[in-house]
Amino acid sequence: METQLVLEKWQGVISTVIIGAKKEEGGSRSDTVKIGGQITMPLLFKEGATPNKPRIAFEISDIAPFDFDEELIATYGKAVNDPFAWADICVNEYKAGLLCLKMQGTHPDFGNKSPESAAKFISALLSKVKVPLIIIGSGDDAKDNLIMPACSEAARGERCLIGCAVQDNYKTLVASVLADGHSIIAESPIDINIAKQLNILISDMGLSLERIVINPTIGALGYGLEYAYSIMERARLAALSGDKTLASPFICFVAQEAWKTKEAKASSQQGIIWETLTATSLIQSGADLLVMRHPKAGQNVSNYIEALFKG
Amino acid sequence: MFIIGELINGMYSNIALALKDRDKKIVQTCALEQIASGADALDLSCGPASKNPLIDMPWLVEVIQEVTDKPLCLDSGKPKVIEEGLKVAKNKTIINSTTADVEKLEILIPLAKKYRSKLIGITISAKGIPQNKDQRLELAATILTHTGEQGFPIEDLYLDPIVMPINVAQGQIRDILEVLLEFKMISQPPPKTIIGLSNISQGAKARSLINRTFLSMAVASGLDSAILNPKDKELMDALITAELILNKNIYCDSYLEAYRKK
Repeated sequence: METQLVLEKWQGVISTVIIGAKKEEGGSRSDTVKIGGQITMPLLFKEGATPNKPRIAFEISDIAPFDFDEELIATYGKAVNDPFAWADICVNEYKAGLLCLKMQGTHPDFGNKSPESAAKFISALLSKVKVPLIIIGSGDDAKDNLIMPACSEAARGERCLIGCAVQDNYKTLVASVLADGHSIIAESPIDINIAKQLNILISDMGLSLERIVINPTIGALGYGLEYAYSIMERARLAALSGDKTLASPFICFVAQEAWKTKEAKASSQQGIIWETLTATSLIQSGADLLVMRHPKAGQNVSNYIEALFKG
Repeated sequence: MFIIGELINGMYSNIALALKDRDKKIVQTCALEQIASGADALDLSCGPASKNPLIDMPWLVEVIQEVTDKPLCLDSGKPKVIEEGLKVAKNKTIINSTTADVEKLEILIPLAKKYRSKLIGITISAKGIPQNKDQRLELAATILTHTGEQGFPIEDLYLDPIVMPINVAQGQIRDILEVLLEFKMISQPPPKTIIGLSNISQGAKARSLINRTFLSMAVASGLDSAILNPKDKELMDALITAELILNKNIYCDSYLEAYRKK
């Protein structure tokens, strides 16, 4: 006897967020990346449509990163000192469809770059690299409020994904994203109540819920991944049941967590495995966008996604 | 919670006037305001003043359908008035209501089937209003037996335990809350439950407060639907909060706003 599948019929749908704008859309990207749009829980292909696969964004930084593991530094070699060369390797050698740029050099403790020089850097990167871009501030709220409007303006019309808005600091970023036609990352500290609240606060400023991607904040495998997993699952269940305020795709900053672990630091092979498994676990809890560092981990996860979606 | 707006009722002077003058604007505005306040469906009643409900009911249905496709709850004690409404209805419908009397059940269940309408069954009969929980359950069983025999889908049946005014039958209110849960146990799949909320405060002074307190308690007893005034914002806030406390929605500081964004 054939097994009868228990299939749910949901009323909600996850928003589709498009990152990048081609020439005809007012930007200069060679391609666009679409995430979200599911009408089912992750990977239940028989239950409902999952129109877009999870996507990998390669992480780069405007200055040589201070928190990269030796293995990662060795992999990218001298390119980590030159963001343009670094971006070029990611796109041309590792076939990155999307880059996640961290503006680390604007942080008061790590270079304290001015808004003008940050904007200039963004313009230069956009002219050299043609894949869609995610732009992240340095994490210093006061400085980000000066830098991010300049970066947003420099990338106007390119439909970037810009972050991270947090509950105590979102207004400046939302205003910029709204003015320059981007989408926003809303970050909450593994807290579904704050995730929902922040989405409402952002949409109250006039940025539609369809232009928000949730960063639920994750822990690596063995370091609280299950908390993020359950938050994401709960948000998705609510969204599919009709709660529009939680119906945003998820971005997960996989690599920064995975490479922090002592297991990853113990051996390079283990680091790659840790990054891979953290990412694949999060795909199962509904991650739409995975920010990754090691090309081998990226390749593993890419293979995993292709195998899953082959059906 | 499935909310049925109660304000289109000839008992209210504005609707009585609209019926008399055939002023569709008044009715349509009242419909849209209730929907904007959170009504999922609209109750339509010609009220006692209507001289010719057989004409008034279909008129109400038609003018409201011009502005919304929300379900319409056709409210009359006379099956013929309900049928006149059903004949012209394009929106989904709910018959409000049948009693547990066989004569009524034999007319209204086939009518509900014919027009693919949902049906509200009130646990009263020609013998009068039940005085306790057992009598309510007995009448509910009568309604369920008839709907079952006639092949009417149970999930389209709403049982109403008949809410009594607090100043008339204070001793019965606890029974009414308990029977909401017990209605669910007398059949599988279970019927839905509904109350006409405003009855609870009929003739009382602090009406809105009594309404919202009772509604919160009824929600905790598993109530599925209520006919109420959705323009009573405090009532709606209490309802949203009660559902939040029952974990039907995810908390956030702006949960009231979040619910209304749905």
